[in-house]
Amino acid sequence: MLEKMGAMRNAYGEALVELGANNQKVVVLGADTTDSMKSGMFGQKYPERFFNLGIAEQNLVGVAAGLAFGGKVAFAGTYAIFVPGKCVDQIRNMLCYADLDVKLVCSHAGITVGPDGGSHEQVEDLALMRAVPHMRVVVPADAVAVKGIIKGIAEIPGPFYVRITRGVIKGSNTPIVYENGFEYKLGKANVVMDGGSDVALFACGIMVPEAMRAAESLGKKGVKASVIDVHTVKPIDQETVVKYAKLCGASVSAEEHNVIGGMGSAVAEVLTDQYPIPLKRVGVNDTFGESGEAQELLNKYGLTAAHIEEAAQQAIAMKRR
Amino acid sequence: MGMTTSQEIARLQELARNTRKIILETLAEAGSGHPGGSLSAVELLVTLYFYKLRHDPKNPKWADRDRFILSKGHGAPLLYSILAQAGYFPLSELKSLRKLGALLQGHPDMDIPGVEMPAGSEGIGLSVGVGQALAARLDGRPTRTYVLMGDGEQGEGEVWEAAMSASKFKLDNLVGMIDRNGIQQDGLTEQIMPLEPLAAKWRAFNWNVIEVDGYDYLQLIEAFDTAEMVKNRPTMIIAHTVKGKGISFMEWSPTYHGTPPTKEKMEDIYKELK
Repeated sequence: MLEKMGAMRNAYGEALVELGANNQKVVVLGADTTDSMKSGMFGQKYPERFFNLGIAEQNLVGVAAGLAFGGKVAFAGTYAIFVPGKCVDQIRNMLCYADLDVKLVCSHAGITVGPDGGSHEQVEDLALMRAVPHMRVVVPADAVAVKGIIKGIAEIPGPFYVRITRGVIKGSNTPIVYENGFEYKLGKANVVMDGGSDVALFACGIMVPEAMRAAESLGKKGVKASVIDVHTVKPIDQETVVKYAKLCGASVSAEEHNVIGGMGSAVAEVLTDQYPIPLKRVGVNDTFGESGEAQELLNKYGLTAAHIEEAAQQAIAMKRR
Repeated sequence: MGMTTSQEIARLQELARNTRKIILETLAEAGSGHPGGSLSAVELLVTLYFYKLRHDPKNPKWADRDRFILSKGHGAPLLYSILAQAGYFPLSELKSLRKLGALLQGHPDMDIPGVEMPAGSEGIGLSVGVGQALAARLDGRPTRTYVLMGDGEQGEGEVWEAAMSASKFKLDNLVGMIDRNGIQQDGLTEQIMPLEPLAAKWRAFNWNVIEVDGYDYLQLIEAFDTAEMVKNRPTMIIAHTVKGKGISFMEWSPTYHGTPPTKEKMEDIYKELK
């Protein structure tokens, strides 16, 4: 389990190139990070449909909006600290208010950006994007999911925000969760480890493999956990969240994001509205990050399998007898 | 059309007079909204819509149409007045501007026929114009894209990001327009955040710049025609205008940036419009 590795950004670049061949409407925009983001792969192949706007993120989003008004499906992105960081207004008042076919795909989210430090470690993006009407928010768990999601959302009209990770291992890799492939369905969570009825582990992004490791370790101690990949944070799969709440009676959320406003908050909203059970939220505890290697930061900020396991035990202990 | 220039100008003058009347009646009825920056750009937009723009109100989504983008969204009463006269929706819709359930929202949105972009947050329209112009070029469409900005709006950094990108991509199918009325919400632009030398700034960004008197039809017509001839560069038309133009007590008044006329004032307004 989880022995293969893959780079999310390479998967993004490859997915764009494949999309470009099949769909002439697809255009790609970048902001001086297209080499790092691998969106430049599309530019190599289809230079006439590729636009580098330089270090100007508000204009990046505005120009993408204009291309979408002109009938294109625009993939635009840069590092997550800059988009949505510098252009929430353009995203709200243009992409979402006009329901435009712009897919924002942003990398280097969360604290695993690593050595660049706190100024670059985006832990608010899911909260920011989730609060805007019409926006859909997706967090792929691995490189396979990135490819499936990029191809999937190209066929679904309207705005998306997709958050990808720079990498956890050897710079740009993360563990592969979906060795057998991934097909994207909007608003449908994936149950990656099923059957555990003691605790439900809701995770997204790189915390999915951590949750799987936690479930495995819990299993050895006789605690049965289910792991649900909540890749689409909005619209969240309410049915699956409630189904596993009923099955398990205790839950944990795990995300590489502030505990305020992200996937854990979305799960909490569903639970409080429909089926209240204990929920322990694993995430960045409303603080900024710092420089360090990705794994060191995950350890320090409490975002590992061990932390999820501990939270699971606490959630189980909180179950009403 | 077989019209002489003087006939053409007389036609535009009549449309402008009517546009001004509709704007003021609409705002008096609505009880809120922005008269100043609507009145200042009447002749500019009347000339664009009724002399230059290739569009079809019976077929608002015609792919090859020219695009007009209102970036200064508070100019909504002006845009609505023109769209109604062009036939995009009945003039009677203007009576419910800004009212609950109305088609015509306080600032433009995409449910309104003829509106090409939602607006209200300043500074975004020129970027969207760049995207529209790129899409038209990719498709080989004859579409030309026109973007109207306010002068106060020039304070937004995104305007200058868009300016750089339009010249990078050599967008000669893009025309920007600035309603240079000199007044923004808090007062004179040159006191709040000085813009001059504004034309030189746009020239420095590699735009073709044309300065016009915003009430001289010959200059306006020539500017739109000339912009079409320019190759490999976008054009910026800076129209020198007067905030609140046409109504003596509204001219040069920051108060009337965002305050509508009362219904009692309409008697005076009708006298001035004759």
